[in-house]
Amino acid sequence: MTIAPICPAPIMQHETVQMAHGAGGRLSQALMQRVFMPHLHNSFLDLLDDQAKLDLPPGKTAFTTDTYVVSPIFFPGGNIGELAVNGTVNDLAVGGARALYLSAGFVLEEGLPLAELETIVKSMAEAARQAGVMIVTGDTKVVGKGQCDRMFINTSGIGSIREGVTLSCQNLKPGDSIILSGTVGDHGMAIMTSREGLSFQSQITSDCAALNGMIGSILDELPFAIHAMRDPTRGGVAATLNELAQSSSVGIEINESTIPVKPDVRGACELLGIDPLHVANEGKLVVVVTAGDAENALDLMRSFDLGRDAVLIGSVVDDHPGMVVMRTVYGSRRIIDLPLGEQLPRIC
Amino acid sequence: MLKPMRYIDEYRDPALARKLLDEIRRKALHHWTIMEICGGQTHSIIRNGIDQLLPDTLELVHGPGCPVCVTPLESIERALAIAAREEVIFTSFGDMLRVPGNARDLFMVRSAGGDVRIVFSPLDALQIARDNPLKEVVFFAVGFETTAPANAMAVWQAAREGINNFTVLVSQVMVPPAMRAILSSPDNRVQGFLAAGHVCAVMGYEEYEPVAREFQVPIVPTGFEPVELLAGILKTVELLEEGKAEVVNCYGRVVSRAGNPVAQETIRNVFEVSDRQWRGIGLIPGSGLGLRESYARFDAEKRFNVTNISAEESPLCMSGRVLQGMLKPDGCPAFAKECTPQHPLGATMVSSEGACAAYYKYNITVS
Repeated sequence: MTIAPICPAPIMQHETVQMAHGAGGRLSQALMQRVFMPHLHNSFLDLLDDQAKLDLPPGKTAFTTDTYVVSPIFFPGGNIGELAVNGTVNDLAVGGARALYLSAGFVLEEGLPLAELETIVKSMAEAARQAGVMIVTGDTKVVGKGQCDRMFINTSGIGSIREGVTLSCQNLKPGDSIILSGTVGDHGMAIMTSREGLSFQSQITSDCAALNGMIGSILDELPFAIHAMRDPTRGGVAATLNELAQSSSVGIEINESTIPVKPDVRGACELLGIDPLHVANEGKLVVVVTAGDAENALDLMRSFDLGRDAVLIGSVVDDHPGMVVMRTVYGSRRIIDLPLGEQLPRIC
Repeated sequence: MLKPMRYIDEYRDPALARKLLDEIRRKALHHWTIMEICGGQTHSIIRNGIDQLLPDTLELVHGPGCPVCVTPLESIERALAIAAREEVIFTSFGDMLRVPGNARDLFMVRSAGGDVRIVFSPLDALQIARDNPLKEVVFFAVGFETTAPANAMAVWQAAREGINNFTVLVSQVMVPPAMRAILSSPDNRVQGFLAAGHVCAVMGYEEYEPVAREFQVPIVPTGFEPVELLAGILKTVELLEEGKAEVVNCYGRVVSRAGNPVAQETIRNVFEVSDRQWRGIGLIPGSGLGLRESYARFDAEKRFNVTNISAEESPLCMSGRVLQGMLKPDGCPAFAKECTPQHPLGATMVSSEGACAAYYKYNITVS
């Protein structure tokens, strides 16, 4: 009996990411066809060109980029993929832009289960659909085991700025009102408490969400009353308010009693000695609006799920330019400073 | 509306705080200088602006009770030398990572390739040792009587389980000897103390009774929330006005006269009293804890042979005077100039409990 010689064919079906998935050859194509295209396909991506060719509406265009390195990549209330879409959509929206197109660049660690990658790609597709944006170009690289932490994602975004809207963190005027769309610290504490080594039992979930729907509505209704908007991500509300005060050379005063914090988040912050004002959010909005229209803006925001806890937290003042001061519940005043350095592990 | 948080919001009630403040104003007829020992109390006082609300006749000075602040420079230098070693996983509470040695801090050691990890408990460090049997795991055991029981417990467990790749770099200090040192100084201004609530939770307050008698000062174990701090301040003022040098407990929900005997025994089993250097203050005899001879094999200083490393403080830094209540942080010529949280000259500007950092963070004069 003779045994027919069989050439050992390379294994094409993998359960985990291999170096060859990023090498531009057959496995790269297989990854594209098996994992990315089924979820992300659209008229731009389907062409498989190296670039997307876009028609942009007339007027000003906003362009932004952000890289997401959150650890763990799955966290209560979301994952790195959703975060990468929503974060960049929000960065466009707070500049007064309608988010249109995104790019997505992936750095994958060798050995990452393909099932996890697919879950993440799926939620990116869902997040993009909900936010009404298209992922029109992308790239994937693979690095060796230990050379990145499972997965990093970069997204860049393009949006068209609404006619006549000029939002800028340099626009704050004394007398303006400052509105916060909801509770602070949810995202950062969800990451912190789900992290390895901290055996917390908590129900804290990330607030990761796209804000462009609510922002669009605010700008449609009150296009000239809004002076600035920011999503208070890294560094929390404290960092955002400080940046606004410094950019506009004005002071900001807020009231401690008005800042909403969920009990779980507050409890975790108390235990770890962290100020919730310094903790990251991924679905919250700070709006600076002329005092006369503050009530209108509040009503409008409260009509959205993402803004139902919206509250007036303070105002812009002439005094102490560049500085944020909080009136405590006891009537004393203290400075809200920029957080110094690393408070948490990677959160976005 | 969000629900109040039990065991916290009762102690932050603004109406109750106002009532206590009124009472303090009514009772404080003379000028008094009171020291809060603990850095956690300093932080809460400054964060809530309690110092702004007190009558001008009362002065709060901030004591040496921040473990990060009083850990001597030579311990920091020894930690840096150990953490840089290839076979070592160096574990520490987060605050210690930013304390500068002469030229670098633990963050810099980490970025140069050292395996430096933040832990929230020494028992987590012990777990890292179990999980990494081929590595040497070192825990930076700093702190007062509050951290001593858990630190002792980690060593005790390591001994019981025969975990030989775990050691501790000890810089444990104790409150009563530091109080005696402050009160014995010819420049002393302190007339009454808020004793550190959590230290007293472990040790009780019996050991403060001889200090109160000997130096004729009232000592009041006090909690950390605004209402508790104000109640402690009110009691201290009452005792001062009545001329009573007594220990009166104002942190009854946590502190008893005898303290926690199990925790005390755990400390005694593993540690013994030793002389200790305090950063900015110098040597205070009998003010520290060191590993007993029977646990000497868990001493990182011996295992890594770093006892020869010594260090000099910055001549500009006046943290020693701040820690003894002789100088307010903003009275230091380097405050917010050469010395900021970004570029700290001394540990009081580094630690989140440090008096200088608290002043910088919350209390830079609002124009």
